[in-house]
This record gives sequence, structure tokens and C-alpha cells, in this order.
Amino acid sequence: MRRKKDRPGKAGPEKSAFTRRDFLKGAGVTVSGGLLVGGTVASAAPPGSEAGFVGPGAVPVTLRVNGKVHKLNLEPRVTLLDALRDRLSITGSKKVCDRATCGACTMMIDRKPVYGCTVLAIEAQGHNITTIEGLASDGKLAPVMEAFVQHDAQQCGFCTPGFVMACTAYLERDQNPTMEEISKNLGGNICRCGTYWGIRHAVLEASKGMKGGAHGNV
Amino acid sequence: MQAFEYASPKSVQSAVKLLGSSWGGTAIMAGGTDLISAMKDGVVTPKRVVSLKNVKALDQIRASGGLRVGALATIRQLLDSPVRQNFPGVYQAADGIRGEQMRHMGTVGGELLQRPRDWYFRSGYGLLAQHDGKSLIPDGQNCYSAILGNSGPAYFVNPSSLAPILIALDAKVTLHGPSGQREVELSKFYQTPKSEDEREYVIKPDEILTEITVPAGSAKTATYEIREKEGLDWPLVAAAVALQMDGNTVKSARVVLGHVAPVPWPSPEAEEALNGKELTEETADAAGKAAVSKAAPLSQNGYKVQLTRVAVKRALMRAAKGEA
Amino acid sequence: MATCKYDWPPEGHRGLIGKSVERLDGPHKSSGRAQYTYDTNPSGRLIAKLCSCPYAHAKVTSIDVSAAQKLPGVKAVLVVHPAGDEIQWAGDEVAVVAATTEEIAEDAVRLIKVEYQQLPHLVREEDLQKAQQAGRTKEGGEQTAGDPAKAFQEADLVISEGTYGVPVITHCCLESHGSVVEWPDAKSIRIWSSTQNVSGSPGQLGQGLRLKKVDIEDNNIETICNYIGGGFGSKFSPDRWGIEAAQLSKMAGGAPVRLMLDRDRELQMAGCRPSAYAKVRVAAKKDGTLTAWDSESWGTGGPGPAGHPPLPYVIQPPNHHWKHTAVLANIGEARAWRAPNHPQACLITMSALDDLACKLDMDPIELLKKNVNLAPPVLRRAYSEELVKAAELADWKKNWHPRGDKTAGHIKRGMGVSMHTWGGRGHNSTCNITIRPDGSVTAQLGSQDLGTGTRTVIAITVAETLGLPVDAVKVEIGTSKYPPSGASGGSTTVGGVSNSTRRGAVDARDELFAAVAPSLGVQPADLEAWNGKIQVKSDPSKCLAWKDACAKLGVKTIQSTGKNPGPCHLGDSGVGGVQIADVSVDTETGQVKVNHIVAAQDCGLIIDMKTAESQVYGALIMGVTYALFEQKVMDEALGVMLNPNMEFYKLATVGDFGEFTVHMMTGPGYDERGVIGLGEPPVISPGAAISNAVANAIGVRVPTLPLTPDKVLAALEKGAMA
Repeated sequence: MRRKKDRPGKAGPEKSAFTRRDFLKGAGVTVSGGLLVGGTVASAAPPGSEAGFVGPGAVPVTLRVNGKVHKLNLEPRVTLLDALRDRLSITGSKKVCDRATCGACTMMIDRKPVYGCTVLAIEAQGHNITTIEGLASDGKLAPVMEAFVQHDAQQCGFCTPGFVMACTAYLERDQNPTMEEISKNLGGNICRCGTYWGIRHAVLEASKGMKGGAHGNV
Repeated sequence: MQAFEYASPKSVQSAVKLLGSSWGGTAIMAGGTDLISAMKDGVVTPKRVVSLKNVKALDQIRASGGLRVGALATIRQLLDSPVRQNFPGVYQAADGIRGEQMRHMGTVGGELLQRPRDWYFRSGYGLLAQHDGKSLIPDGQNCYSAILGNSGPAYFVNPSSLAPILIALDAKVTLHGPSGQREVELSKFYQTPKSEDEREYVIKPDEILTEITVPAGSAKTATYEIREKEGLDWPLVAAAVALQMDGNTVKSARVVLGHVAPVPWPSPEAEEALNGKELTEETADAAGKAAVSKAAPLSQNGYKVQLTRVAVKRALMRAAKGEA
Repeated sequence: MATCKYDWPPEGHRGLIGKSVERLDGPHKSSGRAQYTYDTNPSGRLIAKLCSCPYAHAKVTSIDVSAAQKLPGVKAVLVVHPAGDEIQWAGDEVAVVAATTEEIAEDAVRLIKVEYQQLPHLVREEDLQKAQQAGRTKEGGEQTAGDPAKAFQEADLVISEGTYGVPVITHCCLESHGSVVEWPDAKSIRIWSSTQNVSGSPGQLGQGLRLKKVDIEDNNIETICNYIGGGFGSKFSPDRWGIEAAQLSKMAGGAPVRLMLDRDRELQMAGCRPSAYAKVRVAAKKDGTLTAWDSESWGTGGPGPAGHPPLPYVIQPPNHHWKHTAVLANIGEARAWRAPNHPQACLITMSALDDLACKLDMDPIELLKKNVNLAPPVLRRAYSEELVKAAELADWKKNWHPRGDKTAGHIKRGMGVSMHTWGGRGHNSTCNITIRPDGSVTAQLGSQDLGTGTRTVIAITVAETLGLPVDAVKVEIGTSKYPPSGASGGSTTVGGVSNSTRRGAVDARDELFAAVAPSLGVQPADLEAWNGKIQVKSDPSKCLAWKDACAKLGVKTIQSTGKNPGPCHLGDSGVGGVQIADVSVDTETGQVKVNHIVAAQDCGLIIDMKTAESQVYGALIMGVTYALFEQKVMDEALGVMLNPNMEFYKLATVGDFGEFTVHMMTGPGYDERGVIGLGEPPVISPGAAISNAVANAIGVRVPTLPLTPDKVLAALEKGAMA
């Protein structure tokens, strides 16, 4: 594959029909017309077909992320987390334990919190995927984000997007959490710097802020 | 993770047709948290994954009278269902599954079918953790291993949070296979594998667990887990009880232990210690003692004997109090 | 009043220093916009995966990468350990593959055929005798002060003996170790690295590459790290993985290569805090005056020696002897873990002193107070005040009881105390300050923000000096193109960057004063910068708003450079801290619940109270974690780590502790010491304080961390038999 730099203001020497963005992130990204760039061509019927199975080679996969539709070409084994991070450069969700334990990859599917590391991208088709990038609207911080800043509920910040997503999803269900409930419901996220003290206070604070129903888009 | 074919059939019948008749080649996926993790670890390497995501109506919970739970109902759905009132022991067991993500992704069927968490198994040494023809467990790191039903060759513990209480409630599971459906009592669903060719349950490779049924009843139920972390973690031990009471006297008791044996472990000894007795701290403690009377701890897990004893006692007292 | 021109403003003249200022990059982090190394996705980026040795100790006898090389999508395969090389721990990579996707890279790794000759290994070290019999030990130092042998023979002594220990734990940084490396041209390298050492990284990478016969000048290497997802002492170099990524990139024609460790590799080999076990004897007179200490300790930090716990810790009896033995184990190498060797030494010493207090029938706080004169002189005052403050905040008088909670029931409550110390002198740092005629202000340093609040501290320092609000200062860090600043380790960053920044900002300010003074008709020395204005000290009504003042520069831009070390006393070394834990233990199950921890901590002059307190809160949680849950579990037969994941490498979650009270010691006696680091100290004591609290609750010592139910029940059983 040809290599191009991804730095603004430095157009590569190659002339191409595609824009730089189309080339972004290497294999597997298609332009909207369905042309393939890198990767292999779909090897079987689309997923969900009663006829049988697809793969193991790459197949077209359409993901709706933060309200925007992305067409990709992925093997069935590619997780939603890897598809977002490595193919689409939507990197707010982090890859940490990669085994449904630590919560750093928390995103929402149809507004429900999930571990993106153990969702197959192919399975996320037809659903609304919300990542942290989709939570703040018009560059304004969502209430949970604001509460995290206010209570310094973050240090290195690597667990933070996952925590913000888990907190948001949780507070959309329950706006009057007790400490015991917070322990249980946010017990699927791990922070190594030890920001839980701030997180506890941020959740309580944000629960007040969210009672107005101010959610992000999608 | 190795490459695989993927299918998401719309019916149980067509799903069954996509499954192979021996273990390993095909895998059924529900919530995916356990299967995908195990695939990433190379513990299972199916060539085909059959997802139940598009199979309709497998996620229903009906809780009038008895309880019918579709295999794809999530832990969150179970927590939100009337089990909290009708079957507090089931609610308490589900409540031990922590983190909203796991509760939303994890399904009841998947919870019953998750593979053991045993670290030798997850490190690729097989269910029986054999190395050079001998088990690694007795001289190895066995602090989480079985204290009952551990005469070998299996030492792992059944990881299910829900199975003990469901067994205590005489639950049955419905299995769909190529030649139709069958019902199996959950108490007979799990087995201790004798070789690496066997699995820890009796479901066949081409069968799908579709429903869990609990008969109506008036038993007082409770689950008590002893755990290390408040957050997502597997309990060290758990006890589930279902008590038919006559006033304050136990008419008949079901006591099933979790995380102590390769299968959820019914304790007739504890039940016997309770039947016909008034339920007090003393009888509960006696039942706890009876529950571990046959325990045979390994080099590092003697503490689990004590924990089991206490879990039984506390589960009984929790049931007596009718805690929701 | 200030006597040296760079001095910190005295109390009453501080607008921002010591206040609670929100973390500058907080909104970036909480909104997911912060870009970490792992998030770096330049176009054409390849992904690298490791082919790792499954054995703890083995020799590579053959390696065949040809099938991997042929796999479509594979762009480079590097053999790290050719036949003949010896591997010292499981997980070590023998080859590395770069491919267009993660899936292809993983497939390629599976195609590499390696044959090994297994060699004898040792991976568990608790049993020193076993390690000695296996010939896997090395002397780790010995020291004697006074005459301990004689001192132990004195009449009327109370002597306490015990064995205490802390297992190997790992760093478990959430962002694993690694980097993204590219060669923009044949002579230069750009590396995005998850590093605690932005300025030092090019030299390390260059040296590493030249050893591999790769031609590169340090000058042509740029290291970038805008955000780092945890380091805790384990990320001071680009590591061999950075060097391998650079080699792969070169092999692939310069394409960017991302090599981030998978979680299992991260836990196996990218972080090992050495274990420490010790047999201790300690003696005191009946009034509690400590007279003698003797300890024989051992521990492992991997296949090589890894220092020793500084025993006896903080309180040094006049007669003491310690001897340490290093166990050479086939586990990933030791890396500095937040306050290297201190938490281990603290647990051993403070447990021994607590057991001694029990034997003396003495309140352990009284014992510490009695012997505070055996602590380093510079810390005695702080310790005395912190012991009083912490006791007051924990309501020690009311809640403490002699060892063994005698109340009925199976929940026993107890209190424990511990104290700790750390250096924390500011590292070498250079800061460039720019003031432009439009009033914009920039501070540039080749530093990094580990999440401690470095950006915020720099901004506060500049803003304070120039009389501006924090958001008027643009802080630029995170690349080696900026003026060099030290690695962020050992709590040296806050002192280093605040001191260099202060000096640079004062010079820039004075240059501005010189430009402005004529228009206000005064001498530059008559001016001060305050509240967005340059004003005359004696008559603040004579002033210029900041922008108007800067406009006086005309076309001139002020650029100044501040360094640390440098003139005037802006920082110091040596802090103390006292922590008190309040726990409940369920004696039927052995479960420990931390109800409350009080931390009284000094660190000189505090720049940002908010992020300073966060350091302490975070350290307490890290402390609860290693006190109750963490350990690297090794299987001796296999030689492998059994919990290289976040399921069984257990870290505390949000509900695993009760309340915290953090009290920062400030004001006279503290502020004038200047800035001292804070990252390490508060993580040192929690293990000891919690262990002492558990002993106080249940009446017996649980000798080693973590305080898991099995160990608590075993200690109770042993206590009941005694």
C-alpha cells in the first residue's frame, strides 16, 4: 500500500481521485460509492442472510456512529472498538483490558452501555452507536464531562471517556443514585490513577445537572 | 482472535442447522462478553460463530406465577423484572453481576453457559489444567479452586452466579437441537468433565439453550455471595437457598452452593440439617457446617470451607428475613 | 518579603498559588478529545504484534519467520532473538511483525515457528531457602549502625519479632507501553511515545538504534507525548519496543508503525514492583524509646538485583542492622513503581513498630511521637504536627482501642497509623516564556503531564508571576523540540517545572516592566503585575491593562529562559506524611473494608491545591488496591503469570473503600520551603496503615499484603491457637 503522510498542509506527491481523508487509516475504509481501498473484497453474502454465513474474509459493514454513517469492509472478527479506533480514528473509546472487564471502551448502543471490545462490528450494524465524541454537542461539554472537570475526577484521563460514558448511561436510567448503587453500577470500570473519589462526587453532581434531560445528540 | 465465519440466523431452527456436531468448530454467541474474550485468549477457536442476535423472541421474561426467561434476556432485564418481588434470591444473584455494561450485554443463557474463569484454563492449559500428564492444580495456585467434587481430574469451579439459585428453584432449561427440543433439569445440566473431550455441561455442540423455566412456588429464597471486590468480580463462594416454610419451621429446604465445585453444588447435608427445624441462627449455622462436612480443600483454598459455611448461614438468615 | 528576585510571592500576595484551580486539560480528557499515543493514527499506519516466548527461561534453538513474511498484508518481520539467545521471562518477544491490520499481524505471529530449549526457572520467591538452594540469590547489601548485637542484650527491653511482606505487583498502566514510530525521511524519526521522559527519549532511542546498527542522529529524532495513560515509574524510556517499532518502520520504508503492548504482555513484562519480605527484630525500653533494629529481608525484581527496601524506614533506632538478599527470578524486570522501595520498607517497619507498641501496651501514635527524634531532623516538626492533625481528623482518641476489638459480633473495627517520607526535589528543567506585543503568553517546556497536573502548575506559575488569569497562558509541552525538562519520576516534576517557569516568567515580566516603566513615569522596580494590570506598587491607580502594557513592546517580542536549578530558593527536598486507616473486618469471612483513611501530608509550597489533593486521593486508592487486592500470581511449574489480565489482576473499583480525609499541611513552616514533589509520598503509607488497622481490629497480625480473606482467616486461626 502506498504511504501518505497525514499532516495538514503537506499534500502528498501522489495525485489521486480520493481525498486524503478517504485514505485515512489504511485498509478497510471505503468511499461512499463502495470502492475499496486496501483490504480484501467481500467474500460472501451480507450478514444476517438466512442463506448462511459470511466471512471469514472481509465483508461490507455499515456503522452508524454518532449519527454519521460509515461504510467499512471488515472481517467478522473485527470488534466494534477496533473498527472505530483503527479504521475510523474515532479514538475516544480506549483499548485497555480488551476482555470486558475494565470499561475503558465503554460506548452506547441504542443508548445502552456496552464494552466495545467484545462487540463484533458486524453485530453493531443497524444500531445507533454513541461514543464519547457524540456526547458533547456544539463543542459544549456534556453535564457529566463538566462534573468530571469540576471534581477533578480524572488524572491521566485514559479511563475517563469510558467512565463518562458509563456514568451517562447510568444516569439516564437512574437520576437519584445512592452511593451503594453507584458502586454496583459503575463497578464495571477501572481507574488506575485512583480518581474514584472525584468520580463519586461527579456522578452525584451530574445527576442534578441531568435532571433537566440535557443529553447529547442521537 | 482467529478468523471465523459469521452467521446471524433469524430462527432457532436455522441456527441449529449451522452448528457442528462436535465441540470446537462452531460456537454460539449471545452477549459475546465471554465468548469473544475466550476467543481472544485462544481458549476457543471456532471456525464459525453463530450469533443469536437476530433470533426473535428469545429475550422475553414472564414472571407471573413461575418464571420463564428467554435465553437472550439480559441481566439488566432480569433485574428490572418482577423477580425482585417474586424470587428475591434470583434478584440477589443477578445483582452480584456488577457494572451496567455487563448487565446490559450479558444474557441469562450466556451466564449459565460461560466457561470457567479458572486461570489455568484461561491460560490455555485446558479445563483439566493438565501439564506433562498431571494436573497443575494440587501443587499450583489453587486459591480459587474447588473444595467439593474435587477428587479430580477437574478442579475448576462453576462460574455461574445464577445457576445455584435457579437449581434451588428446580429450574429447567429448554434445549433445541437437530432432532427437536428437550427439557433438562438445571440440576442435571452441569457435569464434571472426565477428559478434555468433554465439556462442563451436557448440552450438545449442536444444541441451543433457549429458555429457563422456574415453576411457581412459595419458597423463601436468597443468595449470599462472598466476594473480594464490590465491582465486577467473581465471587469466592456463594450459597443459594429456597425454603418451603411452615411458620418459622423449615418444611423442606434446597441449598445449592456456587463457586465451590466444578458444578453448582447441591448440598443434601445442609438440607437435611434444616428440614423440620425452626430456622434460627443456630440451625442456619448447623446447616452451614453440614454443607462443608465433605469439603476437601487443597493447599491454598481451605479458607473457602469457612466462607461456604458462612455463606450458607447468611443466605438462610437473609431468606428468613425476606430481604429483597 | 521577597529578598531574592525569583522568590515565590509571600502569603497575602498570591493570586493563584495554593488555590484550587481546575485542571487545564480537564475538558480535553473528559470529552475524549485528548489524543494519546495509542490513539495516533497517521495515514498508512501499520500495526505491530509480538511473537512471545511462552517459557520463563529458555534458549531459542531455531526461528523461522518465512511463512509470516509471505502473508499478504505483512510489511516487516523483525527477529529480536535469533537462535542461541536466552530468554529470561515468559512473554518476552522473540520476533515482531508489522502488518496493515491488527488481524493480519496476529495471524502472522501465529505463523512464526520457534523452537526452544527449556532451561530451569524460578518464579516464586517467598521461600528464600528454596531460592538459595536453587542458587538464585545474590547479596543485596548490608549495613550496621551503632552496636545492635549489644543493644539487643540490654536489660529491661521489650523486643518484638515478626515477619512481614509485600508481593510483586505490577504497574498496570491503562495505556499500555508502546509507541507509534515513523521515518518521515531516511534520516529522521518521529515517535509518538507513551513516555514519562519526552526530552530524554530521543537520546535513548538513538542510542538503542545505533546499538542495532541503525544509523540515526539524536538530533533527528522528535518524541511527542501530549497525553500519557499512566506511567507510575514504568515509562522512562522508549523501551526495546520503541526501538523495534523504529526498526520495523525502517524495514517498511518508513511507514508509521504502532507497537502497543497487549494487556497480557503489559502485565507480564512492563511493570514489576519488587517484592520485599523481612524477618524483623526491634527493641525498645519500657517507656517506648527505640534502641535496636535488626532485619533480614529478601525480594525479587526479576532476573537482576533491584535495590533494597530502605530499612528501618523513617524512624531509625540508634543501633540497627539490615541485610538484604536479592532473589533472581524469571519474571519481567523491575521498574520504578511510584516511590520505589518505600511502600515495602514502610509496611515492614511500620508493622514491626505497631507490633512493638502492642507488646509495650502503648498507643502506636504515642510510640511514634516518642521516637520522632529518630526521624531525619528536617522532618521532625512536620511529623509531630501531622501526627497530631491526623489523630484529630480520625478522632483517634475516641475510636482507637488496644489491639483486638472486644465488642460482640463478627464485625471488628480497628485503627492503624503509618508515616512516610520522600525527597521530591525539582529536576533539571528549562522553560521558555514568550510575551508578544498582542499580550499573548506562551510557556514551552519539553515536559509531560502524567495526569498529575503539570500543565496546570506551569500555567498557574506564569499567570501568578504576570498577574494574569490561568487561561491567558498557553502551555506547550509534550515534544522533545521544546527546551529540555527532566523525566517525570520521583516526584521531581512539580518542583522542576514550577521553578524553571518562575525564573523564566520573572525575567520576562521584568523585561516588560522595563518597557512599560517610562510610560508610567516610574522605575521598573516600582512596578508589579497584578490582576491583569501592570501597576505602580505605591499607587495602583497608576497602571496599564495587560494588553496595553504589552503594546508598549512595539514590534518586540519578549523571550526569556528560566532554568532549574537556578538562583533563589524556590524548592526543597524531603517531605513527611502521616496516615491513619479505620477498617472493619468480618471475622467470619476475612473480608476487610476500609471505612476511612486520613492523610496529613506536607509538600512545601502547594501550587494547585486541587490537583495536589487529587494526587493524595489517588494515592490512597492505589494504596487500598495494593493493600487488599493486588499481586502478580506466578505458577512455579509453568513459570508463567496466571493473572495477566484485569479480571484476576484485581484493582479496586469505585465502591471498594469508604471515606477519605485529606489534609495538606500549609502555611508558615511549610510554604517557605518552596515547591516539593507530591506524587510518590502519599502512596507509601496506606498498606502499612491498613495492615495495622486490621491487626488492631482482629488482634493478630496478617503478615503479608494483600489482606485477602484467605490470609485474614489464616491469621485469625493462628491467633486463636496461640
